[in-house]
Amino acid sequence: MSRRSPFTLLANGASLPWRKIADWPGDEFVRLSAAELERGARLVSWFGVPEPHGATRLVGVLAYDADNTLAVARSHPLTGTVPSITARQPQAHLFEREVFEEHGLRPVGHPWLKPVRRYGADGPGVMDFFKVDGAEVHEVAVGPVHAGIIEPGHFRFQCAGEDVLHLEIALGYQHRGIERALFGGPHRSTFAQMETIAGDTTVGHGTAHAMVMEGLAGADEAPLRAQWLRAIALELERLANHTGDIGALAGDVAFLPTQSACGKIRGDLLNLTAAICGNRFGRGLVRPGGCRHDLEPDRVRQVTPRLEQALKDVLQACEWMWDAASVRARFENTGPVTAEQAREIGLVGLAARSCGLVRDVRFDQPAGWHRFGQVPVAVWPGGDVFARARVRTIEIERSGRYLLEQLASPPEGPVFTQATAPVADTFAVALVEGWRGEICHAVLTGTDGRYRRYKITDPSFHNWTGLALALRGQAISDFPVCNKSFSLSYCGFDL
Amino acid sequence: MFIHDTLLHRLKRGCETMTYPKGPVPALPDRHGGALRFDASRCASGCMACLPVCPTEALIRPNGAPAAMDLGRCIFCGDCVQACPEKAITQTNDHRLAARTREDLVLGDNGRDQVRLATALDDTLRKLFGRSLKLRQVSAGGCNACEADTNVLGTIGWDLGRFGIQFVASPRHADGLLITGPVSENMELALRKTYDALPEPKIVIAVGACAIAGGPFINHAEHRQGAANVVSVDLFIPGCPPHPLTILDGLLRLLGRLDQAATNR
Repeated sequence: MSRRSPFTLLANGASLPWRKIADWPGDEFVRLSAAELERGARLVSWFGVPEPHGATRLVGVLAYDADNTLAVARSHPLTGTVPSITARQPQAHLFEREVFEEHGLRPVGHPWLKPVRRYGADGPGVMDFFKVDGAEVHEVAVGPVHAGIIEPGHFRFQCAGEDVLHLEIALGYQHRGIERALFGGPHRSTFAQMETIAGDTTVGHGTAHAMVMEGLAGADEAPLRAQWLRAIALELERLANHTGDIGALAGDVAFLPTQSACGKIRGDLLNLTAAICGNRFGRGLVRPGGCRHDLEPDRVRQVTPRLEQALKDVLQACEWMWDAASVRARFENTGPVTAEQAREIGLVGLAARSCGLVRDVRFDQPAGWHRFGQVPVAVWPGGDVFARARVRTIEIERSGRYLLEQLASPPEGPVFTQATAPVADTFAVALVEGWRGEICHAVLTGTDGRYRRYKITDPSFHNWTGLALALRGQAISDFPVCNKSFSLSYCGFDL
Repeated sequence: MFIHDTLLHRLKRGCETMTYPKGPVPALPDRHGGALRFDASRCASGCMACLPVCPTEALIRPNGAPAAMDLGRCIFCGDCVQACPEKAITQTNDHRLAARTREDLVLGDNGRDQVRLATALDDTLRKLFGRSLKLRQVSAGGCNACEADTNVLGTIGWDLGRFGIQFVASPRHADGLLITGPVSENMELALRKTYDALPEPKIVIAVGACAIAGGPFINHAEHRQGAANVVSVDLFIPGCPPHPLTILDGLLRLLGRLDQAATNR
């Protein structure tokens, strides 16, 4: 399919001179993008690049998953308005809102144009929400501060009795200005910021950043041993988070044995990452050019039995949960999203795989170590809480097996080589399958080799809409378990 | 079947809660490094080697003056330890880091080489909160790492409940706030409202480099550079994120629940 694409093709982790990227007038850019998406390409990222005199160029990054390739195109500099792509392709709706908010470029025909992160003085919860009228209809507002130790977000439900007719989600509370600060970078704080875009995805975002930096530098790729270690850290991150989420899902349906066991096991898994690099979240492990610590044979011998034990424990705890009819009954048909909806709104990662879609960057767009060592993709149909919990369980099993295989066969060599400086006027893109799904870092350098635009797309940016759809027709009391089954990032969305 | 399995499993595993603080302190991972010690008297005249490697500007050396290190800003990446030619900055592997004031986290030019550890609350507050402390958590721009490692204290391995400390679902039920994140502009109002909703007397705990001074996002205009610029803070717990042991130590220290031996420095 990609052979007939008018977009410029590039591989995951690769770079291109900016001038070589297909370049069309605004209308044509939107029309061709929509046509490619209708042919089955997937929207990975969509953003503006500032040009002189207040103009903006649009950049679209697409994935042709079946062909294992990415593709990119850009528009001429635009001001004022551009036809909206959302009416034809709902998966672009938040991207267009974001461009409008950041660059003032108005997508004409966008059905629900409003801010994404930046609101008035009262914050994100105070604005016009979609409202359902009717004498029996009432509105429920939840957040930003929630009842547990959770990040802030605002959820506005339109309900008829206990049933949710519509949910609208307002985020932006965690906005820390990450993309703005990257202009003119990399700065000395850049890597620490990349590791805290979403703190539970330190390795995922850190690896994506390291990959675009290596891509920008040209031919240099991180040493093989570093790529091996990054793949190991990425799966440990997935294991720890999936374990925590399985425990929390069990807790949300009052199944306490699995909840309490998983809380402990999640800590055991985080401690394995800490055994490699000192930090439970993997901070300070990945750097452009390789890894900052090695996983020496002695350390492998120390980590492996601990991992085996943790895997045994977590799979046992999963089994208790799946064995309990009360849990299965609560999970089944709760918060369903159809495969058709998932395709339309561009779900990624675990949420997409739980709708039966085969979407996994490690398989579709392999880069780094995943070109040599593969994890089988875990898919389950149904799109409900049951499917999302099921995919997590399968992934715990498969990531665990993959880790044990990889730990047993490390490649030789160094873990770090000094990366060379980014090349000027170059565009690079990197995708990493984080535990939630596809992480995209896309970067463009200016004539000085510094960042002219750095665009981060956390999987949560694609997936929050999935949660909103999942709640339609559900009891409002099922919101916590639905929310947990997606387990999306607030700060990763808010940036 | 699961009833049989879970009961059997429980019996086999026994109690999984750590014995600390009655028993020994669990060891930090060998590459963690723990608290930093900074002996400014070792700094060579005019040496600036550590300054450019620090991602959060935690190290300063104004012209001619002795260097200073602010562990409130520090994310403990350890790059300065590597960069220092005089070995003035060293890792101690000590998990204890919590302090009562911002000034207590500053090392170097004031002659202090380690954090001045937190003292307990005054007698009135200790009497009120010492055996039962209910906290409300507010994440205000946090990345979910400080939140996660605070949450972990509620799991069976740590069992925060055995100290009478609990996170509650309403500010009206709380004795104090535990804040993470630099206080993003969009969360400032919600944080103030939550604080105001707490009954008096109340305490505030800032967890992590962001909540203390802005962390990796220091100097960004989109946030308030830490909780203390919005509400009055009683305890600062440094780290990015702090190890759960560091957070637990801070909480127990504040409540005067640790032995004298563990408290002194």
